[in-house]
Amino acid sequence: MVNSSLLTVNDLRFERDDIPVINGACLTLNVGEILQIEGPNGSGKTTLLRILTTALQPSGGEILYRGQILSECRFDYLSNILFLGHQSALKLTLTAEENLSWTTSELPGSVSIMDALEQVGLRGYSDVPCHKLSEGQQRRVALARLLVTNAEVWFLDEPFSALDKQGVQFVEQCMERHVKGGGAVMLTTHQPIGMEPVRRYSLVGSSVGGGF
Amino acid sequence: MNWTWFYRMGSPLWFYQSTSRWLPLLSLVTLVLLVAGLAWGLGFAPEDAKQGNSFRIIYLHVPASFLALAGYFLMATAGAIGLIWKMKLSYIVMKCAAPIGAALTFLALFTGAVWGKPTWGSYWVWDARITSMLILLFLYFGVLALQYAFHNQEAGNKASAVLALVGTVNIPIIYKSVDWWFTLHQPSTIKLTSAPSMHPDMFQPLLVMILAFYFFYALALILAVRVEILKRESKTTWVRELVEQASRQKMGAK
Amino acid sequence: MPESNRGFSAYFRRDLLLAYRRRGEVASPIIFFVMVATLIPLGITPEADSLKELAPGTIWVMALLATLLSAEGLFVSDYKDGSLEQLLISPNMLVMPIFGKVTAHWITTGLPLTLASPLIGLMLSLPSVAYLPMMAGLALGTGCLSFLAAIGAALTVSLQKGSLLLTLIVMPLYMPIIIFGSAVMQYSIDGMAWSGPLAILGAMLAVAIALCPLAIAAVLRLITIN
Repeated sequence: MVNSSLLTVNDLRFERDDIPVINGACLTLNVGEILQIEGPNGSGKTTLLRILTTALQPSGGEILYRGQILSECRFDYLSNILFLGHQSALKLTLTAEENLSWTTSELPGSVSIMDALEQVGLRGYSDVPCHKLSEGQQRRVALARLLVTNAEVWFLDEPFSALDKQGVQFVEQCMERHVKGGGAVMLTTHQPIGMEPVRRYSLVGSSVGGGF
Repeated sequence: MNWTWFYRMGSPLWFYQSTSRWLPLLSLVTLVLLVAGLAWGLGFAPEDAKQGNSFRIIYLHVPASFLALAGYFLMATAGAIGLIWKMKLSYIVMKCAAPIGAALTFLALFTGAVWGKPTWGSYWVWDARITSMLILLFLYFGVLALQYAFHNQEAGNKASAVLALVGTVNIPIIYKSVDWWFTLHQPSTIKLTSAPSMHPDMFQPLLVMILAFYFFYALALILAVRVEILKRESKTTWVRELVEQASRQKMGAK
Repeated sequence: MPESNRGFSAYFRRDLLLAYRRRGEVASPIIFFVMVATLIPLGITPEADSLKELAPGTIWVMALLATLLSAEGLFVSDYKDGSLEQLLISPNMLVMPIFGKVTAHWITTGLPLTLASPLIGLMLSLPSVAYLPMMAGLALGTGCLSFLAAIGAALTVSLQKGSLLLTLIVMPLYMPIIIFGSAVMQYSIDGMAWSGPLAILGAMLAVAIALCPLAIAAVLRLITIN
């Protein structure tokens, strides 16, 4: 492939109240790649994901999607990404099925919602309001979105938190399948990932705080 | 077109240095105008036929009301410039204009109440202009409260800028509807479009006072902005040099 | 169906469904509305003539407070559970989902208030000529109230204790609506044509529908995520 780079970030900078949080980050995300963003607490991992999902405006630098500047292909780009954050974006009064069906429109080629819930081990829970589920189960409902989406680039912020061993394995399988199918994943986590190939990118904490 | 002057204007350092040059002259002009206007208005202007000496409070009330409203628009404009061009100085101006404007609005309300007692027999009357002033004060309070509610300076700036703009859209509607509702009120003392209904001997000192208040407002705003700039830029080298210079001068004086 | 339309109906239906699941909470503003109406005669006078004088203003002030009470929840729960962030990064226009959410808010507060207002009218001895103008005015006016409250809700969404501040910043913006809303009722009681102030309320609603979603979208983009 001539241009396998999905996402290119050049000299990305972000300041919060004049204090630099991200200082000239440069990275690329290629098709079929899992990129793990590393760094100590407060090094701007979540901020980086939020900038890349356009929830935050960077203070400087450029982001290219398939070689195009992001602001010129915004609709196209946002239609092709999926973001899972710390918060699961679940409505606790809605059932698991309702939660999934309104965040993701049923798409041709993707797994049906019922199948997805079955795969995350929540068979028979589809019509239970989410506030009756445990925290781990709620997390699984959120992760079921990985099965019903056909987004190209996944941004996962701490996807393994509150998950048991099985859950972690499930997420890893999802990522592997997604990457093999021509997608790409960018994730932040403190846990070591038991799978290959993972490329790592290290965010150095801002120079103000000083390292230890 | 060359826009560099515009971006240079957004630099706090440029603002600080260029105002340093003008500050003494501006202070002098403000002082002269204020003293002259007050002396003329309070001491030499003729007494009002009906209201006697109590009318003289308009020399404070009218300019304060003018600046209170103009100050709100200035604050909103500064906020809009900040939102559009992401100019930090503009947000600083907006932030500093809010308390000054609120103080002037309060002054207008207070002088109105003081004047109301001998004229209407009560400190508070639900007159259209006074009610509008009160709502303007509430609008200022909203902007101030929102500004300080955020831990994050930038978010506070943006939020209060948007609120100031929403207020600007609403002010004409509020003024018109209040006018419409409270039909019992005096006609405006000064109409810019028509000839003044006051005697020229009373009107001229009022004009001087209005001018003096504009200068006073500019002076107060510039001073407040300079303090805010020093606070925010306290870590930069130019502020440090400034502080060192000042302390050296102090030592020299001792 | 165009994408933006889908954004409207998806959020509109979801917020209505959420409100339906929490029927108790939705009823609170209405109960508040009725309870305050009971306090007025107790606190002032049960005499019909005096109550009639007070009714227009009282009903509008209560409608305003009831709307403000419920406005805080407009974006806060979406902010806390992360769905607001998902909305911000969705490819569709932000304006339509916001319009859908505010409309749902009106249906769960303004509309029930309008429907409950004849009851308050009875309690405050409102003359029978004023019922229709009251309901027409409330229907249009509470729409404006919802849109303006939504701006306040968006501005305070990321604050810990936003509800009091929300009241503080939105209240001054409500003044014209109160003035014209109670004028509609007063005109009808005095036997004058009340279509004038009602038309102004309608005009204000039209302006609010056109401008407020834009302002809310801008606010949410600017300050939600930091």
